[in-house]
Amino acid sequence: MAKSSKGSLSILTNGIMKENPVLKLVLGTCPSLAITTMAKNGIGMGIAATFVLLGSNIVISLIRKMVPDKVRIPVFITVIAGFTTIVDMLLHAFLPDIYKELGIYIPLIVVNCIIFARAEMFASKNSVGASILDALGMGAGFTIALLIMGSIREILGSGTWMGIPVTKNLFDPAIIMILPPGGFLAFGFVVAAIQKFSVLNVKNKEIASECGMNCPGCAAAGNGGDE
Amino acid sequence: MKEIILIAIAAVFVENFVLSKFLGICPFLGVSKKTSTAVGMGGAIIFVITISSVVTWSINEYLLKPYDLTYLQTIVFILVIAALVQLVETVMKKFMPPLYRALGIYLPLITTNCAVLGSALLIVEREYTFLNAVVFGVSSAVGFTLALVLFSGVRERIETNDIPTAFKGLPITLIAAALVSVAFFGFQGLFGI
Repeated sequence: MAKSSKGSLSILTNGIMKENPVLKLVLGTCPSLAITTMAKNGIGMGIAATFVLLGSNIVISLIRKMVPDKVRIPVFITVIAGFTTIVDMLLHAFLPDIYKELGIYIPLIVVNCIIFARAEMFASKNSVGASILDALGMGAGFTIALLIMGSIREILGSGTWMGIPVTKNLFDPAIIMILPPGGFLAFGFVVAAIQKFSVLNVKNKEIASECGMNCPGCAAAGNGGDE
Repeated sequence: MKEIILIAIAAVFVENFVLSKFLGICPFLGVSKKTSTAVGMGGAIIFVITISSVVTWSINEYLLKPYDLTYLQTIVFILVIAALVQLVETVMKKFMPPLYRALGIYLPLITTNCAVLGSALLIVEREYTFLNAVVFGVSSAVGFTLALVLFSGVRERIETNDIPTAFKGLPITLIAAALVSVAFFGFQGLFGI
């Protein structure tokens, strides 16, 4: 395992840069658009999802040899739903403000494609250690993407960042950015910027079609076991 | 009666699942390339959300509430929906082969569609009565389909346009979605909802 340190580092950074779940793989778009009206919410959602991802990756990696292939999907979903419930209760008890802001998007972490995709593609095939790193990397990538989206929308839409006024004398905030259309707009421009700065990446052109394949792909994986 | 109509109109237009609640974005971006597939997906969604509204409402009311198990909502709902989709698929295959052929490939994709779980959770959160729950479920699914079909029309137009390289693919789709969303935003304030 001489190259393990390098290997684990690449697992960790893979989720942040190369395969950023939101910005590159276009997974988990629902929460990325819905709750990013404020940078703070982005971090809250990111951490909640990371916790679920970490928990489910660890458990699924531990039980991967015990679970028969045929029933793995329901098992994975149950594990993920269990951790989502834990997060739901923890936030309700300790961070009621965030809990209120995120609303039904907390239980909806269950159907967040990122978590299921990592369980299916990584945790069910790799050791616990690697799965933990993968969960942390993916979770960080998700949180960073949400933070970027949340910051853009909060600064442009309400003129604040993390609740601190920043554009007081510069311009009047454009309310549309914190309304639903602003979510699509901000996401569109962020992805466009990423495509612009990685033109050399040939795969870029396929991003749109990849999403079409990916989201249903992970959903299809969700039923593959029953066939 | 008035309440029901209000719930229906609000669910279809004002709080459209895709364009203002961001539920079901994946299929919205994924299968909106052609109008025909959009209609197929929409049909499957209406079918599943309607059934899941009835089933999850009943389970919540008669099973979870009496036994004080509402904290299990997330787990129970997602398993029920997954099982339901499977059941619907099997039943359709056996008894309604033409419908199955039309909707078949879209059905498995629905389990992980947040619109289905989202509608079940919203129904519980808002404490709708049975009738209101069903109306809400059906109309939000209709709203989803409407957005999907409308948007597929927009996308078919974009296909042939000349778009800056950086915006090709997903970004322009999202920006088009933003414009459609602005259009739907016009419904806000309708009937003072």
